[in-house]
Amino acid sequence: MTVRIGVMDRLRPAKVAVSPRASFLSGLKTGSGLAAASFLLAVSFGAISTSQGWGHLAPVICSMAVFSGSAQFALLATLGSGGGIAGAVTSAALINSRFIPMGIAVAGDLRGGRFRRALEGQAVVDGSWAAAHLGGGRFDRYLLFGATAIQWPAWVAGTALGVAMSPDPDLLHRLGLDVLTPALFVALLFDEVRRERINRLPALLGAVLAAGLIVFLPAGPALVGAALAALVALFRAPASPPAGPESAEEANRAEAAGQADKAVQPVHSDEEVAR
Amino acid sequence: MTLWLAIGAVAALSFTCKAFGPALFGGRTLPPRAQSVIALTGPALLAGFIVVDVLGSRWSAVDLTVIAGLAVVPLLLWRRAPLPVALVAAVAVTALLRV
Repeated sequence: MTVRIGVMDRLRPAKVAVSPRASFLSGLKTGSGLAAASFLLAVSFGAISTSQGWGHLAPVICSMAVFSGSAQFALLATLGSGGGIAGAVTSAALINSRFIPMGIAVAGDLRGGRFRRALEGQAVVDGSWAAAHLGGGRFDRYLLFGATAIQWPAWVAGTALGVAMSPDPDLLHRLGLDVLTPALFVALLFDEVRRERINRLPALLGAVLAAGLIVFLPAGPALVGAALAALVALFRAPASPPAGPESAEEANRAEAAGQADKAVQPVHSDEEVAR
Repeated sequence: MTLWLAIGAVAALSFTCKAFGPALFGGRTLPPRAQSVIALTGPALLAGFIVVDVLGSRWSAVDLTVIAGLAVVPLLLWRRAPLPVALVAAVAVTALLRV
């Protein structure tokens, strides 16, 4: 069976927002699936943390303030295994180090001054960030807000329910619900690579890097390493490429052109160095 | 008390990590080459999320029932199934394989 990329592109619903309101609502809609997955994950967080003697209040406050599943589970696991406060905080902070490249990516699409943007950046969580990516490094700000606005209450409510009910975490596993979060990411990735062929190589490289780095690094730094796969863009033409299909081979040939263009670049390239 | 300190510290560090990029990089236009790198962080990180979630630390979480469930998702989406259908199918496949 032959599948034409153009046809699939056309079938894909346009993500570009017509108004902030429509965009926010679309975020709520996209975020509802993510919220359902968050809710279930939060139930197990609440249940496990209570069983480890966190009491009733601490797990809920932790979910409200930290709002990051992987960091909270890292905190739980390290404290639970006697890793001490420094070890626990370090492992959770390392997990959250992925928010640095994610925040840099989304920065240009946030509004206001430094402080306002820093606050807006708090809406960045894995699922919302991925859902709000319009392609080409642009993000839909209101979609990001909408997708997070529905996930936060779900995360907190799920934690509270887990604390109150203390269900057997094994039950969620038996029901196969632990597959929901990665399944959503698979769907989002499928969308990214179907939309733009240029995304295939970084996706593949990101997967390989993550698989290699997770052997000896915590999840956070492994993800930051995976993000480095995006550097393949430097071997392509520097201008943001049009959505047209572009294979890696073509990109390599375009490298020479890229070098030529480098001379015409704006002078302040310290951001590149900072990366 | 240790617990509350740990929660407070993680919350503060999480806030800082999320604030870093927007506070420092938002006000100016990045050069085109940096922009094209940023454009590709989406697919690179998404693939990373999946791999890290599936493999786990030191590949300790590898579970064939999860991988089978996940494999159903692109297949169904490619056959134009709606997203909820693909997700329910993934959960069902994983659950059935665990029976």
